Amino acid sequence: MRRAYFKTSWVAAALIAPQLLIIFVFFYWPSVQALYWAFTLEQPWGGGNTWVGFDNFTKTLSDPYYWSSVQVSMVYALATTALAMVMALTLAVFVDRQLTGYKAYRVALIWPYAIAAPAVGLAFRFVFNPNAGIFSYINTVAPGLWDPTQVGWQAVLTIVIAGAWKHVAYSFIFFLAALQSIPRSLIEAAAMDGARPLRRVFELQLPLLTPTIFFLIVINITDSFTDSFGIVDTLTGGGPFRATDLMVYKIYSEGFRSFDYSGAAAQSIILMLLVMALTFVQFRYVEKRVHYT
Amino acid sequence: MKTNWLLSAALATTALIVASTPATAATKFEYWYGLTGDLGAVVAETCNRFNASQDDYEAVCVGQDGYENAVQSTIAAFRAKQHPTLLQSFDAGTADLMLSGEFYPVTKLMQDTGVTIDWSDYFPGIANYYSSKSGEFFSMPWNSSTPVYYFNKDHFAKAGITEAPITWEGMEEAFKALKASGQACSQAYAPSSWIDLEQFSMAHNVPVASNNNGYDGLDTELLFNTTLHVKHMENQLRWINEGYSMIRTAQSGKTARDSFVEGECSVFFSSIADHNTIHKLKPAHAWDVQIIPTYEGVTRTNTVVGGASLWVLSGKTDEEYKGAAAYLAFLATKPEQQFLLENSGYIPVTKSTYEALKAEGFYANEPYINRDIAMKSLTWSEPTELTRGIRLGSFIQIRAEWTAEVQAALAGQKTMKEALDTAASRGNDLLARFARTYPGKSFP
Repeated sequence: MRRAYFKTSWVAAALIAPQLLIIFVFFYWPSVQALYWAFTLEQPWGGGNTWVGFDNFTKTLSDPYYWSSVQVSMVYALATTALAMVMALTLAVFVDRQLTGYKAYRVALIWPYAIAAPAVGLAFRFVFNPNAGIFSYINTVAPGLWDPTQVGWQAVLTIVIAGAWKHVAYSFIFFLAALQSIPRSLIEAAAMDGARPLRRVFELQLPLLTPTIFFLIVINITDSFTDSFGIVDTLTGGGPFRATDLMVYKIYSEGFRSFDYSGAAAQSIILMLLVMALTFVQFRYVEKRVHYT
Repeated sequence: MKTNWLLSAALATTALIVASTPATAATKFEYWYGLTGDLGAVVAETCNRFNASQDDYEAVCVGQDGYENAVQSTIAAFRAKQHPTLLQSFDAGTADLMLSGEFYPVTKLMQDTGVTIDWSDYFPGIANYYSSKSGEFFSMPWNSSTPVYYFNKDHFAKAGITEAPITWEGMEEAFKALKASGQACSQAYAPSSWIDLEQFSMAHNVPVASNNNGYDGLDTELLFNTTLHVKHMENQLRWINEGYSMIRTAQSGKTARDSFVEGECSVFFSSIADHNTIHKLKPAHAWDVQIIPTYEGVTRTNTVVGGASLWVLSGKTDEEYKGAAAYLAFLATKPEQQFLLENSGYIPVTKSTYEALKAEGFYANEPYINRDIAMKSLTWSEPTELTRGIRLGSFIQIRAEWTAEVQAALAGQKTMKEALDTAASRGNDLLARFARTYPGKSFP
């Protein structure tokens, strides 16, 4: 195979320039702007702002409701990631084993990823409806047991399930691809040595999947922090009584609904730092257990 | 080479612009509105009617999918200097706009463009809400409403209630009578800051906030946790606990209105704007509307207007302003007000239009019968210092704090008094922040 390369670096620079420009305009510039706003009180209609130093941060961090928002965001991120990945892996293992109808499953399982988050939220609103949805059967057995509009943890459960359902597809694709890239000879050798399917999963396939698992953990957790807005907005609206007021939803409602651009900017910076810190921890400590081949 | 390429691109763009300009020399101006669905279609239709009525101006009307979105998009556009001339905005979203001064008061606009409007013809409850302390109109009242309650006449008859109560004591009696008649749900309840807090405080002449509800300065503090409002919310909670009311919200899968239309609950509170919608939904039972109740021993005062008004934004050309003035004057005419009334549940904004409609027997026919009960509520008294309206910064967020805390109290997480105290103290933080954002300014 011939390797193509450019003699002069300016060709390379010119080729990546459009991409860099897009990243600059849509990521770095707004981030710097948000960073500036976070230290001021910005008047939404223009007309100036006042420098307030760390006031927006102290105000945010001294708000007990902000910490409960951080807490529920963590719970949401970890729970959706765990739930989505376990479901995705289970499904991928079954598809990989080519059980009956696996071709249909393979297509069907990719669909949810193509559905917009608000649509997912709306669909699950019907599913979880305490009066008419599938979950209302719980109430026919034990009246009043299921009511996510009144019980906080049930509301959190609904967004976790909806969020996980949406993420299953993404993880599934990666798991399936990774499983199929494991050489058949390895599996067959293990089978000949007398390893049953479950043992082959745990002792052969899973260890070989660790790079994929690690990648998916990073992506899913980051995604759960930043991409939960549509589901929360349609499913719970942050309620009941802030039980599902995730960090992104709080940023939206304070920034865009009540025009507190500065407070929202400060919260965005905190969220960004949190996600960066989490990713750092994952790379620093979790990646040690990953074996790349 | 490069300059040539740029030049030809520029020429091509210019050619496109020239080609897309219509032959007529009508001045275009943009109008962004928040109403959606059927009501959004009504707005679009007013633009078509305006454009068809004359040749000088063309209103380009763009729906923005909700009031909040309309204000958000306009702020973004304003900062990029791409904003529309006219913006339909709801009251809670305009405190920032008022203080920024980036609007053209309609009284001044009409004077400058030579359009005559009889400002004294507007109902005081509406005029006060949309004007400055000196009586200058900031924005043009258009789609206006006020809250009422809807009741199931069949249920009331079965329970032996002959007259729809206008006191809360009477309402509680009605709840009891309904329950005794076998009606499982008397009231479909959804906590609403607009009805339970703001309009309730208006009708009872009690303050929502200090500084005459914020009119007299930015150093305002919320007072609703110290007024009759607390007792009222405790009653709402008690009615739920005693099984008269049931919570019906969009999140719970069924709104209060749906519950009422289906005949599940007998009473629900909402804007008069729903009158038209409920007619369209054709409930199987007879129904009517009544003014919101007050507590006994309180001298009732007027409620205030809800809905939205039309703001003229700064930074546009004189020609665009002339077009906007013509459109606003067109909307204020009797035929156009009537067009809005016939296609929505809103109320007339001028006395002359209301009198003319009454004289024509407009309110004697279905579906309009009793719809003007809203006028009775709105004009119950001359507006007092406390019933002119509410001028609070971050008001959308204050409403959200109120709602979240009340929800917590309804779920039994804290007492209603604790909830309202928390909502007020958090709201006060927001107000203090708002005052710091606009140092040295006050509402005009």
